[in-house]
Formats: sequence, structure tokens, C-alpha cells
Amino acid sequence: MIPLRSTILTLVLVLGGAILMAVLNLGTAESSALHVPTYAVSLAGKYLSFAMLALALDLVWGFAGILSLGHAAFFALGGYAMGMYLMRQIGPRGVYGNAVLPDFMVFLNYKELPWYWHGFDQFPFAMLMAVLVPALIALVFGWLAFRSRVTGVYLSIITQALTYALLLAFFRNDMGFGGNNGMTDFKDLLGMPLQADTTRVGLLLATAVMLCLMFLAARFVVGSRFGKVLVAVRDTESRTRFLGYRPESYKLVVFVASAVMAGIGGALYVPQVGIINPGEFSPANSIEAVIWVAVGGRGTLTGAILGAILVNLGKTYFTGALPELWLYALGALFIFVTLFLPKGVIGALDRFRHIRPVDEVPPEKISEVTG
Amino acid sequence: MSDLQTPPGDTLLYLDGVTVTFDGFRALNALSLYLEAGEMRAVIGPNGAGKTTMMDVITGKTRPDTGTVMFGKDTDLTRLDEPAIADLGIGRKFQKPTVFEPLTVWDNLLLSLAGDRRPRFTLWARETTDEREKVESILETIRLTDVRARQSAGLSHGQKQWLEIGMLLAQEPQLLLVDEPVAGMTDSETAQTADLLREINKTRSVVVVEHDMDFVRALGVKVTVLHEGSVLSEGSIDFVSEDPRVVEVYLGR
Repeated sequence: MIPLRSTILTLVLVLGGAILMAVLNLGTAESSALHVPTYAVSLAGKYLSFAMLALALDLVWGFAGILSLGHAAFFALGGYAMGMYLMRQIGPRGVYGNAVLPDFMVFLNYKELPWYWHGFDQFPFAMLMAVLVPALIALVFGWLAFRSRVTGVYLSIITQALTYALLLAFFRNDMGFGGNNGMTDFKDLLGMPLQADTTRVGLLLATAVMLCLMFLAARFVVGSRFGKVLVAVRDTESRTRFLGYRPESYKLVVFVASAVMAGIGGALYVPQVGIINPGEFSPANSIEAVIWVAVGGRGTLTGAILGAILVNLGKTYFTGALPELWLYALGALFIFVTLFLPKGVIGALDRFRHIRPVDEVPPEKISEVTG
Repeated sequence: MSDLQTPPGDTLLYLDGVTVTFDGFRALNALSLYLEAGEMRAVIGPNGAGKTTMMDVITGKTRPDTGTVMFGKDTDLTRLDEPAIADLGIGRKFQKPTVFEPLTVWDNLLLSLAGDRRPRFTLWARETTDEREKVESILETIRLTDVRARQSAGLSHGQKQWLEIGMLLAQEPQLLLVDEPVAGMTDSETAQTADLLREINKTRSVVVVEHDMDFVRALGVKVTVLHEGSVLSEGSIDFVSEDPRVVEVYLGR
């Protein structure tokens, strides 16, 4: 895949698709055959939020070889930051009519707002936390793991443990994050009612624009000399070390950047689905994200976005039509991709279109250069 | 060349009484070895003699239990890790050719050039004319100019060996450690590699670990024979191959 062409195509499809849905939602009558219902707009917004998580995961897994099985934790943390902001925006409109305390706190007999809830009524502060908290956790976790040279399956297991630990913590009522019910009944965002079509469309467009910016940033990173070192670390870590590179620094930088991307994805996800609860930390969510990336094509960035959208389209269809079959279908899909499409859909498309990466040597040419 | 006990005058690398134990097995047993600046040294020995462990100790991969490892006048290598030692100017070539397979020959060399290794630099780095000239000159030296744009995974075994040597040159090290450079090479590749190492030795010190006696003979340098983790004999190839202890443990078989 020629990076420039695939980059432009990805941007056009993501932005174009979102704009088209926006126009068909707001610009057509509900009776029109072309009308896109609002639930579909939010569904698309949800898919694009997931695509951010997939993109974040592809950056660490596809390019740095860090198979994180806990990446949804960063997504959920970003989501909680947004959730806390939205809770504070409810104000006295809650069931208990308390202007300061969210409903679940009144219910749990909180007398005042816990200290870590302060500031979350301010949108900029909440968004800062949506990136800062995942970044900080990734920084501490990554610093410890990469410095101790934990790699491969062991690293995957501790990322899984990380998200599981957060799952258990957020389930507790006395953590002050709404326990197992999480947060819901959101009313408005920046003064705009969340139920309004315009808000929904605005959120989809914002998600699409943000995804494109992230995609461009990721493209820049993997195309830079930093990205080449990253690939070198992924495949031949000891060689990079003997050349004077510190693989742990490279992994840490990309891991933190990836956590930030996932956090932004989570923050955009919550207002579009209207709820955040500890289930988002469930290890299965992180594993599903790995499947999205594998299906789309690991190490291609475009594939991550494509995979997230395709698999979630499938999930939406299956869980509606044949709910009991979804998990089997997902498992079968993963096995199929692993066996027959090792480079995912993008890799298969490339082969189909006979486009070889410019620097890939066809096997038959190798013998010619043997001196 | 048989003047064995040369006092360390302009010593570049100094190992004294180095012992490394793995689960009770003494991989290195009070190993002492001096290398002068500008010297090329061949290290031979049977399997398990401690050749690779010695390289691991010098490059910071393995910490010795006891002993001194000094580089130049006053740098204690046992206190440093791999990137820090690489930064000092010690390059290492692995036994199995180890290059960055998904990257082009050009990029392999570009990443190896001496320079800032920190992420904050590489993220914004642009290829400079100076870098381009350096890479081109190394390509000449290792005879890979024609395949510069090729993905290095597609190179032949011998070409990968050269590319890795080229990557070490790009690092501009003072000392090059080369582990079995001609294993699996054709005769003509072996001869070319000997030329290449002699060329490199004009400006840098080299330690070559090798099994191939013809190759060692072709290099024509001082030879150190390791056995069971310490030095058994040292001198010219003719001297050591006559040494009865060497004949017994190694060459005689």
C-alpha cells in the first residue's frame, strides 16, 4: 500500500462518510428514503471512537510490538473523565435535585463532593484529565515494565492485569465513580442538549475530525526516523541496544502517546452512547480491540480504522439478528484472519490489487543479488 | 609475533581476572586479556570456551561476578549498560547476521550513524547531506551500493553480514567486536570479508571471534586461544597452532 494514497483515501472516506451522514440526517425529511436516523449517526460516532482505540493499539502493537491486552483501560479512563463532566452538567435536574452532588452520591449518602471531582464541571479541565490520566497511568506502567525489559506474552499478561485491577476498583461504590452502575442520564454537553439531532451530528463530525487528526499524527510518527527505530525495536530489540538506542524510551513514548489517543476516543464515545460503567474496563473489551486491528491489518494504521468499523458493523448486525452467535462469529473471524489473512483485510486488498510495497523484494529476485 | 607478554602500553581494552558463573557453570574463569589501540585480534576456542560470554561482558549484556573490564584509560565497563557502552564507541556484530529486516539497506545504515539517539531527536530528524554522504561511502565500503533501496530481509546471507558490519562502521566505534563473521559464507565472500576487516582495522581496533582457521590465518594477526573460560595460549597463528596444549584441546581433534 502506497502510504500517501492510502492516507488520502482514509481521510476522504472518514470525513466524507461523516459529512454525508450529517447532511442526510439534518437535511432530509424523516419520511424520505434517504433519511439517516439519528441512532445511526450516533452508532457511526461510536464506531469512529472505537477506531481511535484501534489506531492507538495498532501504533503500539503493529509498530512497537507491544501487544497490549489492556488498552481499553485507557479508553475507559478517558470516558470516565467525560462522564464526570457530564454528571456535573446535570446539576439540579437529577432525580434528587441536588445541584452539586450527582444522584449516585446522594443515594450513597455522600455529604460533599470528593476532592477528585472538583474541577470536572469545567469542560477544559475534564478534557485535560481525559488525556492526562491515561497518559500518567501509561507512563508509570510503561516505565516500570519497559525498564525491567518485560516483553512478549508477559507484558500482555500484565496489561490484562492492569485493566482487570481497574475494573475491580471502579466497581466499588466507595471509589466515588458510581460503582457498578457507572454514570448515565446525561443531559447536555457544553450547553447543548445531548438528545438533539444537531448535537448528535456535531459529535459525529467532531469524532471524525479528531480521528483524522490522530491518523495523520500516527502516520507522521511511523514515517519519521523515530518510527523506523520503533520497527527496529519491534523486530530486533537487542540490535538497537548495541547500536546505542534505548528501546525502553521509544516504547514509553509511543505507549504514552497511544494511551492519550485511546483516552480521547473514550471521551468522545461516552456522550454518544450515553453511559459509562466499569464494564468498559473488562478484559474482553481490550481483546476485542486486538481483533479489530488484526482483522483490518496490523501495522497499517488504515487497517485498524477499517477493522474497528467492519467488526463493529458485524457486531451490531449479529447482536440484533443472532445474538447467541456473535461470540462464536467473533472467534471464528479471529481464527480465519490469523490463518488466511495474516496481514488483515488491507494486506489481502494489496495482494488483490498487486500493489507491492516499494521496498519489498519478490522472492525470485533474491537469488540474483547473491554475489 | 610470539612476544607474548607485551606490557600494556597504549591499552584500549583491558580485562583482568573476569569470572562469570551461570548456575555454577564457569563461563569465564579469571579471564585476562589486553588489546592495544589499533590492534586486530583473533579469538578462537572450542564451543563453550567463553568467546560469546566475553563479548557479552565487554558490551554490557552480562555483568561479571568478579574482575575488571576497562575501556581506554579510565572507563569501567561493568558499570554501564548496552546503549551507554555502544555510545562510548564499542560496536558488536552478532554471530547470526542481525539487521533490521523490514527496513531498506539505506535505512539500516542511516539509523546506525553516530548521532543523537533520543526519541525527541529522531521524531523530527530530517536526512542531512552529511548523513547521505556518510551512508553512501559506507555502501561503497561494504559493496552494497546496488541494493541500497532494497528491503534488507531480501539480502543474501553474506550481504546481511556485510550490512551488519556496515552498520557497525556507521556507528564510528573505536573498537569492533565481530562474532564469527564468515560462518556460512562462500569462499569468495570469506576472502572479501578478510579484506574488509583489514580495511576497517586501518582506523579501528577489531576483535574477531572465529572458528574458521583458514580465515584466521588469512587475517594474519595475533591470536588468543580460549579454553574453559580462560586464555590457553596467545601469539601468532603459527605459534599457537604448534602449542601442544592448544593442539590437545582444540586443533588436534
